[in-house]
Amino acid sequence: MTKTRFSSSVALMGAAALVLGAAGVAVAQEARDPAYAAARSSGQVGEQRDGYLGVVGSQPAAVQAMVRDLNNKRRAIYTEKAAGKGTIEEYAFATACRLIAQTAPGEKYQAPDGSWQTRTAAAPQRDPRCP
Amino acid sequence: MIGPQLTGSDPAATNLAMPKIASSFAQFAAVRSGRRAVCAATMVAGLVPMLSGCIQVTAPDKPIVIELNVNIRQEVIYQLSADAEKTIKDNEGVF
Repeated sequence: MTKTRFSSSVALMGAAALVLGAAGVAVAQEARDPAYAAARSSGQVGEQRDGYLGVVGSQPAAVQAMVRDLNNKRRAIYTEKAAGKGTIEEYAFATACRLIAQTAPGEKYQAPDGSWQTRTAAAPQRDPRCP
Repeated sequence: MIGPQLTGSDPAATNLAMPKIASSFAQFAAVRSGRRAVCAATMVAGLVPMLSGCIQVTAPDKPIVIELNVNIRQEVIYQLSADAEKTIKDNEGVF
């Protein structure tokens, strides 16, 4: 009796986990907002060397607001993930190394000297501290 | 003779007994002359702080602060790199 109840509850939990997992995947695969994707590919925004997005040159207020919003979200993620592993700046920097490496040709990124560069097919200029 | 020499080499004029001893030493030393006498005399008088043989050390008035953790630590960056990769994948909309 007890055993049956236990196994059924385990099955229930398993089902719940499956549903949650599916929901998690759905969230994880949420793609970039079309406006953000367009701003990236047109070079209005670029990846900074510190793990945040930057506005390249002078851009409309809507682009600036979008960058601010995304950077706030990034900061929240960095803060959460860095806990117990390093500082927020270090986590953001490690992410920047990856993000700059992953930029697509045509997108903007910030070189170690702070200048904006357009990604080509060649490897991007990255901070020597990047792994 | 030994007494004044020993006390005379102590920091000048900070305790109450010192001026008497030091001045008597200065008088004594002045008779004998020599550089130590000049040095002791100036220390007692407190007029010209520096003469040959007197060394003045000034302590900084602000506390010494050693700032650690200024730079991004490279070994930490290496450790965080894989984690960062996963974070990017998990939050595609933001990155």
